Amino acid sequence: MTVIQERVKELVAKYGRSRENLLPILQGVADSERYVSEYSMQVIAEEMGLSAADVYGTATFYSFMEITPRGKYIIRLCKTITCFMKGKNQILLALEDALKIKLGETTPDRMFTLLETNCLGWCHKAPAMLINDDVHVDLTPEKVHEIIRSYKQKANN
Amino acid sequence: MGKNVLKRIDLIFKHEDDCKEILQKTLNRSNDELINELIGSGLKGRGGAGFPTGLKWKLTREAAGDKKYVICNADEGEPGTFKDREILSTVPHKVLTGMAVCGRIIGATEGFIYLRGEYRYLTQTLQPEIDKFHKICDEVGLDFRVKIFLGYGAYICGEESALFESMEGKRGEPRNKPPFPTEFGYLGQPTVINNVETLAHTWTIFKYGAKKFRDLGVQDSRGSKLFSISGDTPIPGIYELELGMTVEEFVEDFGDGDTKAVQVGGASGFCVPRKKFRDIAIGYQGKLTGISLPTGGSMMLFNSSRSMYNVLHNYLEFFCEESCGQCTPCRVGTQQLLHGIRAVKRGEKPASYLDTLFALSETMKATSKCGLGQSVANSFQSIVENFREEMIY
Amino acid sequence: MSNTVNLTINGLEVTVPKGTTVQQAAELLGIKVPVLCYHKDLCIAGNCRVCVVEQVGSKRLLASCATPVHEGMEILTNSLAVRNARKHIIELLLSEHNADCTKCYRNGNCELQELAAEYKITNQNLIDLAQSRAYTIDAFSPSILKDDSRCIRCQRCVRTCDELQSVGALAVAHKGDHMKISTFFNKTISEVVCTNCGQCVIHCPTGALIEKNYIEEVWAAIADPSKHVVVQTAPAVRVGLGEELDLKPGERVTGKMVAALRRLGFNSVLDTDFTADLTIIEEGTELLHRLKKNLVDKDEKYKLPMTTSCSPGWVKFFEHVYPDMLLHMSTCKSPQQMFGALAKTFYAKKIGVDPQNIVSVSIMPCTAKKFEANRPEMRDSGYKDVDYVLTTRELAIMIKQAGIEFSDLPEEK
Repeated sequence: MTVIQERVKELVAKYGRSRENLLPILQGVADSERYVSEYSMQVIAEEMGLSAADVYGTATFYSFMEITPRGKYIIRLCKTITCFMKGKNQILLALEDALKIKLGETTPDRMFTLLETNCLGWCHKAPAMLINDDVHVDLTPEKVHEIIRSYKQKANN
Repeated sequence: MGKNVLKRIDLIFKHEDDCKEILQKTLNRSNDELINELIGSGLKGRGGAGFPTGLKWKLTREAAGDKKYVICNADEGEPGTFKDREILSTVPHKVLTGMAVCGRIIGATEGFIYLRGEYRYLTQTLQPEIDKFHKICDEVGLDFRVKIFLGYGAYICGEESALFESMEGKRGEPRNKPPFPTEFGYLGQPTVINNVETLAHTWTIFKYGAKKFRDLGVQDSRGSKLFSISGDTPIPGIYELELGMTVEEFVEDFGDGDTKAVQVGGASGFCVPRKKFRDIAIGYQGKLTGISLPTGGSMMLFNSSRSMYNVLHNYLEFFCEESCGQCTPCRVGTQQLLHGIRAVKRGEKPASYLDTLFALSETMKATSKCGLGQSVANSFQSIVENFREEMIY
Repeated sequence: MSNTVNLTINGLEVTVPKGTTVQQAAELLGIKVPVLCYHKDLCIAGNCRVCVVEQVGSKRLLASCATPVHEGMEILTNSLAVRNARKHIIELLLSEHNADCTKCYRNGNCELQELAAEYKITNQNLIDLAQSRAYTIDAFSPSILKDDSRCIRCQRCVRTCDELQSVGALAVAHKGDHMKISTFFNKTISEVVCTNCGQCVIHCPTGALIEKNYIEEVWAAIADPSKHVVVQTAPAVRVGLGEELDLKPGERVTGKMVAALRRLGFNSVLDTDFTADLTIIEEGTELLHRLKKNLVDKDEKYKLPMTTSCSPGWVKFFEHVYPDMLLHMSTCKSPQQMFGALAKTFYAKKIGVDPQNIVSVSIMPCTAKKFEANRPEMRDSGYKDVDYVLTTRELAIMIKQAGIEFSDLPEEK
């Protein structure tokens, strides 16, 4: 059995085989592999008795479901109106400068992926961003450099 | 600085440790008594739709079904809204108690919290609270278990029927209604789906009685409401206020002295220009004086330095992305509105094209399959109507 | 509690069973409400919003195909509000559509085009969204062509492939302005589990999914003096062809069809029934052989029960879904393929034509036959056994192109 097959079997055993469990199972694969690949979806489809196209169609509906390889840390910068008003574009420039990549790209060492997202629910402390499941608020360009540095350090240890 | 025109309430976030006691006390009362108390309180849904909560619980209780469910809608995605996050971080036991009591009344033993993916970090504190709550349920002899269901980046899943579809492992595409959730919800079973804040308010009502809740607010808009306040304000944050205030009163307390417009209810809400501050009140549609605007509580303030074109552009981009895409008026209509205002701004279309778009937004309001498509017209029309110049020049 | 509901539509009263939709109730009164995503074969979607009607007292219009009637409902299907809304919906659909109808295969046979004509959408008020999209055309499959620029996202194809055919090769992907009908990872139709059955083509209201047509190739072969073009026709074609050429649906037009084929220029007009008989003989023999081997000799290599089907769609479905049971399938070819093999061997010798110069064409009611003809193993004659497969619809097109007045043709054999 491949690593993915084992992981999927594990998840199906945990959640169940019926359709209602598709989202947690996709999330489970995404957690361990950093994204859900073509192969993963085929394995899930086979295990759950669904068509591969159905799994693909469901996965692509959800903005957080990555179907192309992503970095270890996925940065999601909020672009909705309040964050926009409070300087989201400056933060984006700072991130692109700190990581040396553009929006949508992944750093060559596969460490960071830079994406945008909609309202994170931190408008009173805008601008805000998520890095994986950690939220960072009251952002300034200086803070951004500090944050990226701390993640790089964490990764090196 | 604010003039403290509005009374600050402290009901929701009040720290209260007596979860087991309140749960026990409430369960000792009959289902009829509890439903009547809820109806008598005048509590309406705090997510933005404003459906009477007591009635919702009553209908679901009466519906035929072998396995009913209680779902807490924590898919807080409306731009400018962040109150539910705070409730779930600080007083989740109030929400859980509300869910459990509802479960007992309608005959449900399973509850879910649909938590948006962007709030995943809340599970670190929320899951232990749920485990603690399960022990309390066991101690009072109530068969009720709550699970967290994690969303994954889809604003539309805040719409109740789309939420059910998502929980059933499908794309979050809203369903045809009728039938309604009280009869046909999660897995086709009768389901009560309530906003986080609504459930937190039921705690207040069951603990202190309907009168305490009813004494606040005005006419058809009873009780207090959490407001998420952001934008051009010196004091952004979450505030619990009485319903029924005018926008003028609100701006006196929260404006920065140069408030040009207030967006009430987020991207799917209404933009109130300065000249209408006095005439518009915040509450639920009813017999209030002047016009009252229903709301999930998102209040965004814009001062004179802001371009309302940028604001509308941002909202329309949001809708183009977050629309589920199934129905024509919303999927294509949102794109037409976005491209349309761009074309007018660039001079590619004449200013009169805004009237064409206005009529189109009316069609979107009348024919869209769900609330998302139906509400785009709210912000579009209110911004274009009141800030027409900024759309053109 | 009554089992019937009373309501009025456009002022006319009607009583219907509980659970009837507004659209169905209107139909009973002879009132036609336009639809696009609705199809009688499929579950109700309620997404195109073309069928919206007005309920007196409400500003929100309702989708008549998806709304059950209730007692005392007052419906208007043609009020000003309804007409204006419907016009907008059609305009919206056209704005994200490649509306260059003159260059579309379904020109004259398209449900969107019909609607636009009915409502006289004569001015393009809205912004053309289609031109800035990078729409792709998937022409890799031998049977089906997918043109995203003509898709109105009614999802009929998805529902057909999933519910009716239980294949599930198509799905709705992404959301918002990126929402589209897609295959697994947007691969070409020929790379996924599509069985080429063509049911999506039949249910598609526009030219988004069409059969891959070989009309020009067949015209070229007929025009080539060095080629001897043989045509075989399936039984279903001689019953379906009439409807395409304005005769009564279901009328058997064998004689006229033969006459038409001769006038089109086919050199040999033959009948698939001949090889259908052959197939029966072959399969019968195979069954007897297996029965003996399995039941008498107890040889496990010969599987029972034996399945047989001349449908290439079924065969491909079997290969994808039950690969471990393939030995149960009969090894016999379909009548179409037996015919093709014979045409370039036995028949070629009989008429004294070099098989290299024989072009073998078949007229079939099904797009999967196009796939079958292209299967790499179908070359037992030493050449491609069946060169081109035309569907009933393509034959009708050729007959019209040739200016033949089908109903006036004599009966020929």
